[in-house]
Amino acid sequence: MRVLDRELPLLETAAAWLLAILWVAPLAYAFWAAFHPAAMATHFDLFGPLTLDNFRKAWTYAPFPRHFLNTVILVTMVLAAQLVLCTLAGFAFARFDFAGRNIAFGLVLVQLMVMPEVLIVENYITMSKLGLVDTILGIGLPYMASAFGIFLMRQTFKTIPRELEDAARVEGCSMMGVLWRVYVPLARPTYLAYALVSVSYHWNNFLWPLIITNSVNTRPLTVGLAIFGAPESGVDWAVISAGTLMAVSPLLVAFLLFQRQFMQSFMQAGIK
Amino acid sequence: MRNVYGWLLLTPAAILLIGFTHYPAVATLYDSFFSTGTVVRPSRFVGLANYAALADDPIFWQVLRNNLYFAAATIPTSIAIAMLMAIWVNDRLPARALVRMSYFTPTILPMVAVANLWLFFYTPQIGLIDKFGALFGAASHNWLGDPSTVLACLAVMTVWKEAGFFMIFYLAALQSLPPEIEEAAKIEGASRWYFFRRVTFPLLMPTTLFVLVNATINSFKLVDHLFILTKGGPDNASNLLLYYIYQVAFSFFETSYASTLTVVLLAMLAAMAIVQFLLIEKRVHYR
Repeated sequence: MRVLDRELPLLETAAAWLLAILWVAPLAYAFWAAFHPAAMATHFDLFGPLTLDNFRKAWTYAPFPRHFLNTVILVTMVLAAQLVLCTLAGFAFARFDFAGRNIAFGLVLVQLMVMPEVLIVENYITMSKLGLVDTILGIGLPYMASAFGIFLMRQTFKTIPRELEDAARVEGCSMMGVLWRVYVPLARPTYLAYALVSVSYHWNNFLWPLIITNSVNTRPLTVGLAIFGAPESGVDWAVISAGTLMAVSPLLVAFLLFQRQFMQSFMQAGIK
Repeated sequence: MRNVYGWLLLTPAAILLIGFTHYPAVATLYDSFFSTGTVVRPSRFVGLANYAALADDPIFWQVLRNNLYFAAATIPTSIAIAMLMAIWVNDRLPARALVRMSYFTPTILPMVAVANLWLFFYTPQIGLIDKFGALFGAASHNWLGDPSTVLACLAVMTVWKEAGFFMIFYLAALQSLPPEIEEAAKIEGASRWYFFRRVTFPLLMPTTLFVLVNATINSFKLVDHLFILTKGGPDNASNLLLYYIYQVAFSFFETSYASTLTVVLLAMLAAMAIVQFLLIEKRVHYR
């Protein structure tokens, strides 16, 4: 790929390795604690007995199955709505020369800076007026029209040659037909990248879900985890580690499997 | 016709954007000029009274100071580490993919989970840091309970969480640098450090500025860990602006004052947006 792929000097290789070990240590330690009896959490013994007890306890101490379900519903719902809304809006910005387009686009980009979690006070008031407090829809709704998604789809659609659209039109394709048959299939890599970022973001999101939910039936994993891990709850360290690992494991496994795709998607999301 | 179509496609997204971004932003500003309504005393126009209260609120100033300290502690450190990481994994070294993965992994963990993991390092006596310190005879220390160490502890954790994320931007920038530069430097016999100082570092400047803006925004937006680790304490020593807004709105129920604080936060984010915009304009000159 690169012409010049230099060998890293020995000393720096050692330093890079040391830093890598330092960087995985907290996670590795959580694994250690989670798979060993609670008494061993602070007492190292390489050949200590392994156990799944902590996971079993965590699973029953807190309503984890319900939190999992809520999170899965949340990220699926948000992603589905985002894909539809951002595709339509992105298509409008990329291919229609309507009056006020540039002003509208500027207003969309405002959301890149002013994310919904900054406006917790007013959004909570809005949600209570709509009767959506303590619903999963209430958690997801402010995020469904995503400025980042609209921007990303606009950029992608703009790179698709007009000739393809014209050809489809000659064949008798309608406007929505063109979008569905020409633009959407060609934007598949962008959709994948966007989906990864969106799912990671909402799987991990905390502040807004915490504010808008107040019952087990709506709380996502992060909120459940925060309540579970609070020092007041008196749960021991090994069980907290196990619970934390359970909550992060789906994303962690997905990341380990699709590393390159993850890093590239996150990068795209950052650069915008 | 194209007008109608364009706006029609935009409408669903526009309604949600206006409802949850533009309207609340404007409403925040509006509410900051009113008193918080109660059952007995309805909300009324108070002019700049909330802002006067803000100027007199020692906690507000402390929170702002904390935020600046937190930004100053985390941003340069994570940028330096991210740059090092990128330079290292950009070259060939044994198990490069594994090293790169180790650096990036904290990025995909939720801050709440990270806080859960790190809580155990900082716990007095039974925590890992105190255990380790005890081996060398160090006295136990309540890391998160001491106002003089709590922010530093949070900063260390945040650097750990964010450095790997910034690394990928440097990595992309390094890979887009023309290899001829490095070849030329090699022929000239430039040392590795000299090459970094005089060539790589300046060429990475646009990336650094970009990361700087993003890191600053993050330092104002990310407060999840406070819920787990300190709740802003002890005595507001680790409180940050957004967390204070949360407390004022949802623990003290001072909605109007929370709106006033939010206006300050919005002003900061707007300032960052302007900086970012100017940087993007500038970035063209580097290409």
